[in-house]
Amino acid sequence: MSGADRAARGGGRMRLRGLMRKEALQILRDPSSLAIAFVMPVVLLLLFGYGVSLDAKHVPIALVVEQPSAASADFTASFRRSPYFAPVRMASLPAAERALLAGQVNGIVHLRADFETRLEGPGQAPIQVIVNGVDANTAGIVKGYVQGVWSNWLQRRAEAAGRELVSPARLEPRVWFNPDMRSRDYLVPGLVVVIMTLIGAMLTALVMAREWERGTLEALMVTPVTIREILLGKLVPYFVLGMGSMALSVAMAVWLFDVPLRGSFAVLAATSALFLLVALGMGLLISVIAKNQFVAGMIALVATFLPAFILSGFIFDINSMPGAIQVLTHVVAARYFVAILQTLFLAGDVWGVILPNAAALVVMAAIFLGLSRRKSRKRLE
Amino acid sequence: MWARILTLVIKEFLALLKDKRSRIVIIVPPLAQLIVFGYAATFDLNRAPFAVYDEDGGAAARALVARFQGSSHFQRVATLRRESQVRPLLDDRNALLVIHIPRHFEADLLAGRGAPVQVLLDGRNSNTAMLALNYSREIVEQFNQHWSAEHGLPPPPARLEMRAWFNPNLESRWFIISGIVGLLTLVVTMLVTSLSVAREREQGTFDQLLVTPLRPVEILIGKALPGLVIGTLEASIIIVLAVVWFGVPLRGDLVTLYTGLVLFLLSGIGVGLMISSLAVTLQQGLLGAFLFMVPAIILSGFATPIANMPALVQDITYINPARYFMTVLRGVFLEGTSFQVLIPQFWPMLVIGLVALTLAGWLFRHRMY
Repeated sequence: MSGADRAARGGGRMRLRGLMRKEALQILRDPSSLAIAFVMPVVLLLLFGYGVSLDAKHVPIALVVEQPSAASADFTASFRRSPYFAPVRMASLPAAERALLAGQVNGIVHLRADFETRLEGPGQAPIQVIVNGVDANTAGIVKGYVQGVWSNWLQRRAEAAGRELVSPARLEPRVWFNPDMRSRDYLVPGLVVVIMTLIGAMLTALVMAREWERGTLEALMVTPVTIREILLGKLVPYFVLGMGSMALSVAMAVWLFDVPLRGSFAVLAATSALFLLVALGMGLLISVIAKNQFVAGMIALVATFLPAFILSGFIFDINSMPGAIQVLTHVVAARYFVAILQTLFLAGDVWGVILPNAAALVVMAAIFLGLSRRKSRKRLE
Repeated sequence: MWARILTLVIKEFLALLKDKRSRIVIIVPPLAQLIVFGYAATFDLNRAPFAVYDEDGGAAARALVARFQGSSHFQRVATLRRESQVRPLLDDRNALLVIHIPRHFEADLLAGRGAPVQVLLDGRNSNTAMLALNYSREIVEQFNQHWSAEHGLPPPPARLEMRAWFNPNLESRWFIISGIVGLLTLVVTMLVTSLSVAREREQGTFDQLLVTPLRPVEILIGKALPGLVIGTLEASIIIVLAVVWFGVPLRGDLVTLYTGLVLFLLSGIGVGLMISSLAVTLQQGLLGAFLFMVPAIILSGFATPIANMPALVQDITYINPARYFMTVLRGVFLEGTSFQVLIPQFWPMLVIGLVALTLAGWLFRHRMY
């Protein structure tokens, strides 16, 4: 290596350090960047960690018993005992239907006057169940709960009569990774991804556009700084900031929300760094393309949160989407990180999931950063 | 006064629509997102991959597996021969569930001993696992009924007759799409309003605006009207698409729907302008927009029911305008709820809107830096 080369590289390192220092000062002096990195994850995780749940408990349900009897009392008592229901006694079916329409109850269980006689006689006694189907997911879960109450009741009734209730085949479910089916355990890792997408993109979405708009990039162009140094100088401080907020989010997930972390810390750190590169790269690309803070801000509003929320598999299962949409989800970086984080938190270091998704993240990071590099030239228009 | 406001409104529209990129961002993504999200956002279980580990191999076992295969909720992806094959399959997410039929299944059935069928589920996404489990229960239940009828066994003494109102097949799509109308309306409103004052503040043109004869009220109206117009137009297109493209029923009347829409826009614009006038730079405006929009959407009852939230968070949702609009949208679209019933949803949005707009107007003059 010649002396001139070495001098140039040394100069490069110095220039880079200068740029990073300038960016770090800018971060520290405008409270909004620090707020993005540290206040936003805390506020959002607190709100969502406690607020977002798909576990329906104490579902209000109307019980209509036309003719109280020993059998009907026995049956309704099963609902009272269940933690999933908060039963309300209603005098008549029309009253219960009005309550259902007004949204006061989510379902109606109706026992007709002849319930006991038909129960003792031949044939089957009907139990009418009406659920409000508008929220189909909750309605489906409530139907499942009713079925559970019903079959337990049949079982106990048969045992009390000294008989054995024999259903031909018996389902024995075993749920891996999350035996209690706590929805929070899979929602919190997904939330971390959504929040990191926002943070990564928001931190960088405006930085290049700001320099363009204020004309400071023109000032930089007359210096020996190369465009690669400018981009790196932007990326590194925000990367450090982003890793800090990732660490904060993970700490909250584990210690505040008791989500198990079964994978190794090293894999978590490595994949997080990778994802952060993608998110920052996306913000940088938006910034470079827009060259105008207003437009960059608008693109960031539209392109980050909703796709990460809906198309990532965070809450809506990707396998159930139509084929064309499943293909489309591959351009959403959050999708890969959701798969990685859900697996790392709940299952462990499963390489069959981590490696392909990490590879996809590498490709996306390369594309975003490469495009940002190509699109930003040291030239005026 | 109106002439002054009109010139400001024209200027605002020009600022939004003259730049080609910002014009595109306002119009194209919300509509494209409606189409994509309308298909993507579903809580239904379709073609969930399952594997069969059948140690019995008899006719009864095959009949049970055939019921799973015949269901549109499940799709068979693998047949296992050994127990050791189960773990990698579930670990790598290649199958959501494995149905394990033990040896002697048919013999147990015939002897009336209650033959066990094991279902192993990947619980990483507990909602999907729960759905898959419920469908598996239904399938086994049907199998049992069929088997009992064929072999002359007595049925259980009571049976459930389940019905779902408004949505007999329990398709989640209608529920979700009517919610997406609200989401996208909110996004468009935030796009148009949350950066508008912040931009002028950063560029210094807001100071110039303040020394013109325009009073704060007039500036407020001038800044709010474009949001109202663009929001109403886009929401209308989105509503038409929801009905025509996705076939979501519109059972209520349009007056009720648009009352809700205008009030929601008013509250969204109010909050957007408030954020925007609090912000000194665009970055702060953007941060504020996200800090409002993201919780507003997640705590609106769009995807996860408000009833499942803890009491404290439920109380917080009362200051969230999106919460009321979701109720209006779902009521009008799916249940045909009348105007009177929805009045408790209308007035909170009006109050939020008026308070936020007043604050925004006040901030115009009092937030100097």
